[in-house]
Amino acid sequence: MTDPRFESVAAVREGLRKVDYLSDEGIAGIVYLADRLQKPILVEGPAGTGKTQLAKSVAEMTGARLIRLQCYEGLDEAKALYEWNYKKQLLRIQATGGENDSWSDVEEDLFSDEFLMERPLLEAIRAEEPVVLLIDEVDRVEVETEALLLEILSDYQVSIPELGTVTARQIPLVFLTSNNTRELSEALKRRCLFLHVDYPDMEREKEIVLTKVPDITDNLADQVARIVRSLRQLELKKSPSVSETLDWANTLMLLGVEQIDAETASSTANILLKYQSDIAKAVREFATDKQGARQFAPGPK
Amino acid sequence: MTDTAEPGVRTAGEPLLDLLNGFIVELREAGLPVSLTENLDAMAAIEHIPLEERETFKYALAATLVKNNAHWRSFETVFEVYFSLRGAKYGIDDDTLDPDLAELLDDADNQGQGDGGSGQSGQGGGDALTPEELQQLLYQAMMKGDEALMRAIARQAVKRFAGMEPGRPVGGTYYLYRTLRNLDLDGLLEKMMDQRRQSADDAGESLSALEERLEKDEYEHRVEALKKEIEAEIRRRLVADRGVEAMAKTLRKPLPEDVDFMHASREEMVGLRKALIPLTRRLAVRLARKRRHNRKGPLDFRRTVRASLSYGGVPAEPKFRHPKPHKPEIFVIADISGSVAAFARFTLMLVYAISGQFSKVRSFVFIDGIDEVTSYFEGVEDVTEAVHRVNTEADVVWVDGHSDYGHAFEVFHNKWGKEIGPKTTVIILGDARNNYHASQSWVIKEMQHKARHVYWLNPEPKSYWDTGDSIVGDYGAHCDDVFECRNLRQLERFVEHLA
Repeated sequence: MTDPRFESVAAVREGLRKVDYLSDEGIAGIVYLADRLQKPILVEGPAGTGKTQLAKSVAEMTGARLIRLQCYEGLDEAKALYEWNYKKQLLRIQATGGENDSWSDVEEDLFSDEFLMERPLLEAIRAEEPVVLLIDEVDRVEVETEALLLEILSDYQVSIPELGTVTARQIPLVFLTSNNTRELSEALKRRCLFLHVDYPDMEREKEIVLTKVPDITDNLADQVARIVRSLRQLELKKSPSVSETLDWANTLMLLGVEQIDAETASSTANILLKYQSDIAKAVREFATDKQGARQFAPGPK
Repeated sequence: MTDTAEPGVRTAGEPLLDLLNGFIVELREAGLPVSLTENLDAMAAIEHIPLEERETFKYALAATLVKNNAHWRSFETVFEVYFSLRGAKYGIDDDTLDPDLAELLDDADNQGQGDGGSGQSGQGGGDALTPEELQQLLYQAMMKGDEALMRAIARQAVKRFAGMEPGRPVGGTYYLYRTLRNLDLDGLLEKMMDQRRQSADDAGESLSALEERLEKDEYEHRVEALKKEIEAEIRRRLVADRGVEAMAKTLRKPLPEDVDFMHASREEMVGLRKALIPLTRRLAVRLARKRRHNRKGPLDFRRTVRASLSYGGVPAEPKFRHPKPHKPEIFVIADISGSVAAFARFTLMLVYAISGQFSKVRSFVFIDGIDEVTSYFEGVEDVTEAVHRVNTEADVVWVDGHSDYGHAFEVFHNKWGKEIGPKTTVIILGDARNNYHASQSWVIKEMQHKARHVYWLNPEPKSYWDTGDSIVGDYGAHCDDVFECRNLRQLERFVEHLA
C-alpha cells in the first residue's frame, strides 16, 4: 500500500543527521525496520534523551506532517479518536423542523462525515499525505484506555459504529513514547517494536553538543561530554539528560567560558542537576580538595 | 578473510531460521517472555537486516523480542553466545586472524619506535612479540584509544595467556582471570595516569583535580572496554569449543527481578539497586492511582448539581466524593546481621521510597541489641545514604553480635511496645535464625493484639523454614501472615499488598 520510505539503515542515519538528529545504529535500524514491517515504535527511556525529538526529526526528514496526541490521565475516545459534533447535529435537527425531510434522511445525514470531529488518531488514519503519528507519554493513560490504541496500532483502522470501519489510506509511521512510570500492557507492547533510548555514549554526546550549540569549540564540547559522563556514573537521583547537557553547554557559552575548571563546574551544576542532594554530591566530586568543596557548597551564600 | 562457520550460514535461509529458533528457545529458558507474534516479527525483521551489520542486527532482534529494558542484559548475553561466531569478522581462525593482527601490531610497533618508544624490532607480527612488547603495545594503544589495535591485542592476549584447551571443564571466569593477571591492568592504569601527568608537566601546565579525575575516568573507561573485549573473545572461543547450547546454559543468569537477595553477587547487587529506583517510582504511581480511582465514595452533591447545569438541570452525571482510605502507620523491624543485611537494606529503601503512601514510618534494626533508626531517614533526600548510616552507626550489638531475636524483641517490647496502636502495621524482616536462643514469641503475640497487622518477611526459601536454628514457625503462629520474600518481584508484590 505504501512504498518503503527508506533505502537502507545508512540512509536513515544520514537523513536524521541532516535534520540535526544524531542517531546510533540501534535507533536508525529500528526506524528503518518499522517502516519495512509497518509497525509502530514504542520508544522508552529516561526523560530528556530525545524520544519526542526522534519522532519530530523523522517527520522533518521524510517531509511528513506530524500529528501529535499528548496523553494524560483521563484521556478518552472523544479526545483521542473522534467525536460527534452534537451541537451541530442539534442545529441540523432544529433547522429542518420536520417539514420536507423525512426522519430517515435526517438520521442518515446526522451521522455523516460532516458532523464527525476528527481527533489525532483518526486524523492520522484518514490523512491523504504521508504523516508521522506521535503518541506522547502513553504511560500516562490508564490501562483501560490503552485498548483504544490497539486497533489502530495493529491494523491501521478505526471502527466507528455509525460509519463503519475507516481504513488507513497510507500507513503512517507511528511513534509511542513512554517514561516508564508504569508497566504498559502486554497487548500494546506486542504490537510495537521496542526501542530503548538511553543516554548517549561520550562521543555521540559530544557530537550532539557540537551540532546543537552554535560556535562551541571542540575542546569545550569534549570537556562537557566528559564531565557529564562522569556525573552519570555517580549514584544520583536524576542523572543529567541530554537536554540538560545542552542547556549547560549553552550557559557556558553565554558565560564566555573556554575551559571548565572545578569552580565553574560547581557554580553551574544547578543547570545539570535538579536535586539539592545531587548537586551537593557533584560539587563534592568536582572539587576533590576540601577547600573548594566548602567554598562552593550549595545553600545560602 | 575466510569464514570458518558452517557454509550454509552465509546464505541465510534455513540455517539462520533454525539458529533463530534455538535462540528464542534459549531466551524463553532465561525467563524472557517471548510470544509467538514476537517470534514471527523477529523472523520478518531479519529478512530486512543482514546479519553482517551486526550491531543493527542485534538491535533489530531486540526491538522485536525484548520489550523490557531490564531484560536487555540477559538478551545480550544470549545473543553473544548464539551469534558470536556468525559473520565474517567474527569467525575464529587463528591463521586468518594473524596476518591482520600482525599488520596492525607491526604498524603500531613502527610508530612506537618513531615516537621514541621501546619496541625493538618491527618484524615478526603478533606471535613474535615478547610479552613485554605486547604490554608496551597495549599501553600505547590504550593511551591513544585505538580501538582496532586494542581488539587485536585482546585477541592476542587471550590466545597467549588464557591457556585455553579444548574440552577442559573450567568456566570462562578462570580464563579471564588468567588473562587479566598477565596483563596487569591496574598497573597499566597507574602508568597511563603517570604518563598523562608527565606530559602535562612537560607542556608547562599541571592538571587540576577536575582534569585529573576526568582523565582517569577516560582511562578507566578504556580499560573497561578492553576487559569486555577480552571477555567476548574468551566467550567466542568457548562457544566454538563447546557449542552454543551448552554455553548458553552455563551463562544463564536470573533476571534482575528474580535475583535472590541472599546470594546476589556484587555485580547483581548493583543491578538490583538500579532496578529498585524505577520500581519504586512505578509502585508509587500505581498506589497513588489506586487511591484516587477508587470510586466508592459517597455522592458529592455540590459537584453533581454543578455538572447538571450543562444538561439543563438534569443530574445526568452524578459525581462522587473520592474516599480517603486511611494511610497505614508502618513499623519496620529489621534484622541486619550479615546474611540477611542485603534484604533488610532493600526493604528499607523500598519502604522509605514510597513513604508518601504511609502516614508514618518508623524503623528499628537489630542483631542481638535493637535500636531505632527513624531519625536517620528524616529530612534526608538520599535514602541510600541513610541506609548506609543505618549499617554503620546503629547500636545493634548487645553481647556478641550474633542474631538474638528473643532479646531484641524483649527490649523492643519494653522500650517501644506501648507505641503500637490499632493503626500500626508491623513488618518484621529476618530469617528467624535465632542461634538457639529463647524465642520470646510472646512479644509478637502481644504485638498482634494491639497492632492492625503483623507481617513477617523471610528472605529464605520456604523449604528452609524451621530447619536448623530457624524458628520462623514459632513467630509465624502469631503473625497475620508470613511471606517468602527472596527477590524484587516478591518484595514488590508484598509492598503493594501493604498499601
